[in-house]
Amino acid sequence: MTDNSSTLGESLRRQGVTRRGFLKFCTATASMLALPAGMAPAVAAALEKARRPSVIWLSFQECTGCTESLTRSHAPTVENLLFDYISLDYHHTLQAASGAAAEAAREKAMHDNAGKYLLVVDGSIPLGHPGYSTIAGISNLQMLQETAAGAAAVIAVGTCAAFGGLPKAAPNPTGAVSVSDIITDKPIINVSGCPPIPSVITGVLAHYLTFDTLPELDQYGRPMAFFGTSIHDRCYRRPFYDKGLFAETFDDEGARKGWCLYKLGCKGPMAYNACATMKWNQGTSWPVESGHGCLGCSEPSFWDAGGFYKALSIPTGDISRTVGIAGAAGLAIGAAAVGLNRAAKSRAKQQHGTVTVDDLEKTS
Amino acid sequence: MNVLDDINIPVDPSGALSGETGNALILLQEIAHAMRHLLETGESRTLDLLAIPFGPTDEDRLLSELGQGEVSATLNALGESRVWESRYSGVWVVEHRNLDGQRVAFQIEITRMPEILCAHSADIESGLKRLNETLITGRQGFTSENPQEEP
Amino acid sequence: MIEPMDFLLWVRGTAFDVSLGIFVIGVVVRFFEIFSLGRAANFAEPRGTEFGPGMRTILTRNIPEAGTFKRQPLTVIAGYVFHIGLLISLFFFVPHIQLFAATFGFGWPGLPTPIVDAAAVLGIAGLLAVLWNRLTNPVMKLLSDKEDYLVWVLTFLPLLTGYLAYHRMVDPYPLILGLHILSIEFFLILFPFTKLMHTFTLFLARWYNGAMHGRRGVES
Repeated sequence: MTDNSSTLGESLRRQGVTRRGFLKFCTATASMLALPAGMAPAVAAALEKARRPSVIWLSFQECTGCTESLTRSHAPTVENLLFDYISLDYHHTLQAASGAAAEAAREKAMHDNAGKYLLVVDGSIPLGHPGYSTIAGISNLQMLQETAAGAAAVIAVGTCAAFGGLPKAAPNPTGAVSVSDIITDKPIINVSGCPPIPSVITGVLAHYLTFDTLPELDQYGRPMAFFGTSIHDRCYRRPFYDKGLFAETFDDEGARKGWCLYKLGCKGPMAYNACATMKWNQGTSWPVESGHGCLGCSEPSFWDAGGFYKALSIPTGDISRTVGIAGAAGLAIGAAAVGLNRAAKSRAKQQHGTVTVDDLEKTS
Repeated sequence: MNVLDDINIPVDPSGALSGETGNALILLQEIAHAMRHLLETGESRTLDLLAIPFGPTDEDRLLSELGQGEVSATLNALGESRVWESRYSGVWVVEHRNLDGQRVAFQIEITRMPEILCAHSADIESGLKRLNETLITGRQGFTSENPQEEP
Repeated sequence: MIEPMDFLLWVRGTAFDVSLGIFVIGVVVRFFEIFSLGRAANFAEPRGTEFGPGMRTILTRNIPEAGTFKRQPLTVIAGYVFHIGLLISLFFFVPHIQLFAATFGFGWPGLPTPIVDAAAVLGIAGLLAVLWNRLTNPVMKLLSDKEDYLVWVLTFLPLLTGYLAYHRMVDPYPLILGLHILSIEFFLILFPFTKLMHTFTLFLARWYNGAMHGRRGVES
């Protein structure tokens, strides 16, 4: 799998892929990269000359959901991705080798492609104790540091790797941190989501392969092509939000008519992801289309960002309780103030003397 | 999947609002604009439907509006592709599927002829090479009349 | 560096609790103070009722006196525009209504966002106009002190940051949303201790005015 000598165009031709097939492949790639539709020829020219990069994939504190997502990537298929796009040299869930042989494969890939390989990471890294998560007796922190040292770039796949994710949620028992908290001297692309959209994972790899550069990134290090607009702005239910038509429960008339889910806790306004256009399950649907609000899973700290079913504008605490307690405190203080005022008033009254006309005449 | 297909999903027939964004109408206006552009300058335009936020019924609405014209073609290149001209000449719907039958691209092309349908020089060259081989090995008599080698 | 998302979580959590607590305590104490002080007993024989004229005055004072309008049309018009814009944005934007519903247990229907958007723009324009008037009109300038400018800023910032957040004009979004909520928290904290308290006390003041006039049997 480490044959990186031939270009993608050559390898496809050897497999008997026609120009039409290649053009179609490029059209799909351009579409996946969210490039303007007329860009397919440019993508074709670039892909023709592209060489397969070596990829090492490390899994730390994660649930394998990101890999599950990737293997359901449909444009292009994962077979295309694995055998045509990249040379996946280490991925402990997908590889056949295990134990010492697997680690040897990682070390060989690191050695043979020093400075050129791509490092993909899913899962967060525990800093609380090195023993919380190890692979082949190597702590996650140590493995990340030594593998990142020779990488051209690091792709943090999933919210755990990108921002800490579920393991980092309060009270963060393992001291989990994101990749960017540890690696600071390499370009890092955050492909967040829990899990990320499969085509977004492959899209980032395809972008690197096509243009040999990192895509344009947003404030959180996420590719703009996929994370550039909010769920809310691209949501087909947005017109209902603007008209003020909302589902109040999950089974009322509004829910049946497909009205906006804001009041049911949809985090679409603060979530940036491509779900509304790329959709899930081979483009079948996506959470909002299936009637559930967005959880904002591509955002930092989304687990701690208030209840999933609380509208976004509602503060995270129990505000009714705050108002109650503060009201009671206000009443107590106010009552005390009244007492003081009364006392001051009655003192003033006692000192009050009646002035008669005679008194006035005396002073004048 | 058959089991899933058996589950009856009631569709609210009154739900004229459900899942239409109005993007289909906007696209039709865009298509009309691209047709004028094609007539005036000869330049083609492509609209990527996978990049447009569609509600559940938008796609059906758009496709039924575009309808079926005179030409349709099916390609077999890394999976099946379907290309058909809408009832507005020069407006083509191009749908690419991969080997697993999953849709990987879905576009509207406003052009005289979608590029994917044209024969490409590289493929003609390799076709010619194969034909020459057939002629040399299969039928002796034809070889002298077809001396041309590939460039 | 504070992450924008952590900042947003803080303003939605601890900071909101604290500022809301100060607001509620402050307002309750201010009301206690006003009511407990009461007014000096009037021993003169009443010539009319207090209640009716008091309530009526609360309503009638909504309409500016003709003379005031002639002398200061800008103050009146811009004042109305900004107050109406502010109130529509505050009470008829659905996310805000959700906040009230979560606090009090009941909500009310919102307005379509384009209308709220226009109201916010009017509110911002009105506030800028009254500030300009305050700075350029010599009498207004003389009458203004630091508190007037503080209160203007406290009112302006929530409108401005809310507009920027709604239109996503600042990146990243959690930062501007957090700033919007923070500006409201400053507003809440200082509300009971500044002229912002007029939101509630204006009704008391009008009632007293109307009631006193009513008792004397004169029109208020």
